[in-house]
Amino acid sequence: MLHLIPDQNRRKKVSTEWPERFQQLAEQAQHPLLKDFYSEGCVAPDTALDQVPFVAMDFETTGLNPQKNGIVSIGLVPFTLQRIYCGQSRHWILDPGKPLRAESVVIHGITHSDIDEAPDLSKVLPQLLQALKGRIVVVHHRGIEQPFLNAALKARLGEGLMFPVVDTMELEARLHRHHPLSWIARLIGRKPVSIRLADSRTRYNLPFYTPHHALTDALASAELLQAQVADRFKASDPISLIWH
Amino acid sequence: MEVEQIEIFECLRRFVPFKSLPEEVLAEASRQVEIAYYKAGSQILEFGDTISDLCFVRSGAVEIYRRNGDLYNRLSEGGLFAYQSLLMRQKVRFPVKAIEDSLIYFLPESVFRPIFDEHEEFADFFEVGDQSRLRQAVSKRDDANVLLTSRITTLISREPVLISCMATVQQAAQLMTDEGVSCLLILQPEASDPSESEGIFDYRQAMVSASDGSEHKVCGIITDRDLRTRVVAQGLPFDTSVDEIMSQRLVMINSDEYIFEAMLTMLRTNVHHLPVLKKGRPVGVIALSDLVRYESRNSLFVVSSIFRQQTVEELAALQTDVQASFVRMVNEDANSRMVGSAMAVIGRSFKQRLLELGEEQFGPPPIPYCFLALGSMARGEQLIVTDQDNAIILDDSFNPEKHDEYFAKLAKFVSDGLAACGYSYCTGEVMATNRRWRQPKSVWEQYFVDWIDNPTPESLLHSNIFFDLDGVWGRTEWADQLQGLISRRARRSQRFLACMARNALNRTPPLGFFKTFVMEQDGQHKNAINLKRRGTAPLADLIRVHALAVGSRAQNSFDRLDDVVEAKILPPDRGPDLRDAMEFISMVRIRHQALNIESKQAPDNNIKPENLSHFERRNLKEAFQILSDAQKFLKFRYQPNRAN
Repeated sequence: MLHLIPDQNRRKKVSTEWPERFQQLAEQAQHPLLKDFYSEGCVAPDTALDQVPFVAMDFETTGLNPQKNGIVSIGLVPFTLQRIYCGQSRHWILDPGKPLRAESVVIHGITHSDIDEAPDLSKVLPQLLQALKGRIVVVHHRGIEQPFLNAALKARLGEGLMFPVVDTMELEARLHRHHPLSWIARLIGRKPVSIRLADSRTRYNLPFYTPHHALTDALASAELLQAQVADRFKASDPISLIWH
Repeated sequence: MEVEQIEIFECLRRFVPFKSLPEEVLAEASRQVEIAYYKAGSQILEFGDTISDLCFVRSGAVEIYRRNGDLYNRLSEGGLFAYQSLLMRQKVRFPVKAIEDSLIYFLPESVFRPIFDEHEEFADFFEVGDQSRLRQAVSKRDDANVLLTSRITTLISREPVLISCMATVQQAAQLMTDEGVSCLLILQPEASDPSESEGIFDYRQAMVSASDGSEHKVCGIITDRDLRTRVVAQGLPFDTSVDEIMSQRLVMINSDEYIFEAMLTMLRTNVHHLPVLKKGRPVGVIALSDLVRYESRNSLFVVSSIFRQQTVEELAALQTDVQASFVRMVNEDANSRMVGSAMAVIGRSFKQRLLELGEEQFGPPPIPYCFLALGSMARGEQLIVTDQDNAIILDDSFNPEKHDEYFAKLAKFVSDGLAACGYSYCTGEVMATNRRWRQPKSVWEQYFVDWIDNPTPESLLHSNIFFDLDGVWGRTEWADQLQGLISRRARRSQRFLACMARNALNRTPPLGFFKTFVMEQDGQHKNAINLKRRGTAPLADLIRVHALAVGSRAQNSFDRLDDVVEAKILPPDRGPDLRDAMEFISMVRIRHQALNIESKQAPDNNIKPENLSHFERRNLKEAFQILSDAQKFLKFRYQPNRAN
């Protein structure tokens, strides 16, 4: 399904090698935008967390399948462990190029009339990549943003996009999902700890934000990562500990 | 497409001072916010840090320290910090630490500054000191109800209708009918040269200039009712002259008084028409019906119905009416003084009616006496939950064997009656049923002389309450005489003032407040704050000490404060601060009791900070801070060996 990366590359895809990968990809990439993106490079795996420039990213989509569904909106919030910079955040509503399904409209609240005038992703791509380059992308659940962006670029430019991501949901799972629930726990109906964005935030005394707005969700993940790091990592821990 | 930080915007707009900003200004500011998360225990600002943002607590709680490590303030959601340093362009003076996991919003100076410069109400928040902020809150509430805070002038719909004292009652009735009024002011030519009294206006004297330049004095008033009861019912001829039947006792009021004062005057004097004077000239007459139209009339009605009840049981049945009138005043935004004095008048009326009933039952008193109200009722600061604190002054001809049985019975009757009406027995036994507090005048004088001349903190511990006293029934002038004795004597005794001051420091404000609000730690009211014990009572205590020191004879804390401010013994601004603190704490307490009543709970003085709005919590904290500062000043000012 998602065989966007040639086999030999995939075998090499080890997170500790991201800077080298970016070098290679900068050479291999055809499109100047992608070449530019990769040339900016990627922080070294041993970079301390408090030295890493991050950008939280969230998409609202027409569904969950990157091949069939499109991106409706993108929210970006650049940040570091010290500060989240709302002033530099970006939010785009896009023409998904796919039908807008009623079920998804209910979730993200973006309607047909909102996207009537909305541009195609290719129009905002220069700004999007500009905002991402040199930064480590932070998402809540890495099954969406990177695959969707990869698929969208593949469709438009003929080549995909690779980058490391930090997944706040996965960091939360590390804490709460060490072991599958025992049969006893399941028998007595115990529910697994929720690692959804809103529930995870509550555990760190973060305020409730209404979900499913790309910009708010990106902001929410940025705050969550700050909280997670403050809670159980050291500022001097290397980024390789948490990226994928 | 414009980037909208909806969550940030929606949060900020809930809080002062952001809520005063136009929506588009706030939306733009919200877009520029920076954010950081601080785990509990981590430092947010260090001493000497460069500050470039306004800091806002989005969630969690932070503590601000003085350089010496003392806690300066605690803030929760909506709290703002570091603005002093930001405005003064100084480095951080007070370090800030997260005491809970906290999310902080930072508004960069480049965004804050232009908003600060252009939006006055927003800027006021930062420029005015904490105390003045409290004052703004108090005065905003004051403004909220026009009726209760209006001056009497607003009630006057027409000039008074006047008639000569030589007119007949028929002419008077004719004039009243023609003019459609229910009362007339009666004029008498004034012989003396008016220029002599130029500029001096006697409250009790009203002058009118006729068109021919002659001066006339208002010498009386007649009402519809007078015509009925004094003319028709008596069968007097129609040509009876008005000055034969008019009321010569004129109860008048100044036009710049509050409407509430008019209401109290009517209550006190049982007069239903008040001529209104402006600079000594009658400008109108207000009738009870005018007040009824404008006022929360319940408290008036409660008082008049108290005097109509024939038994203790009937009186006790009025309790719900009393509570209803209390709630109604609160809902109409009456200030604490209005509520306090209305409730005191009601309490007083219960006592008076019970004494009347008692005298009917046990016969007339064998010797003259004066029934005293003590404590909050005497101060006119009574609320709905209150003890009965009372005493009796007996004539010096008192002979225990002959007379005491009567007064013991009377005292018990009143005390039991008050308890039935919701005024619980005084746990300290400060009641006329206690023989110690049922004594001849000379003994009372000796009590006060002893307290004042040979004071110890212990002997004064329970006698605080006697320094707020008011005559309710009988020879009330004796109460005035005791007040006079106190005011002459207390100010001269430095030791007495020092002891009173020491006792006034026994109850401290619950500072550390919110999050650190010091709460009751056990018992039924765990995690609550007793606003009386920790707020209004220590405030009244300390105001009393100052008042005694300046020889004030006032009983009400606000009146006392006026005298104290006038005597200039407080640092500048301290008086208004104390007034605001008293008003604010009292109002929170009053509103809490009103809410209790409305939700059918027994009203009490225990509030839980979590049930207050953020705004109330902050102002309450400031009010407690004022109390705390004032206590420090009190301690410093009244030292046993210090000459004032």
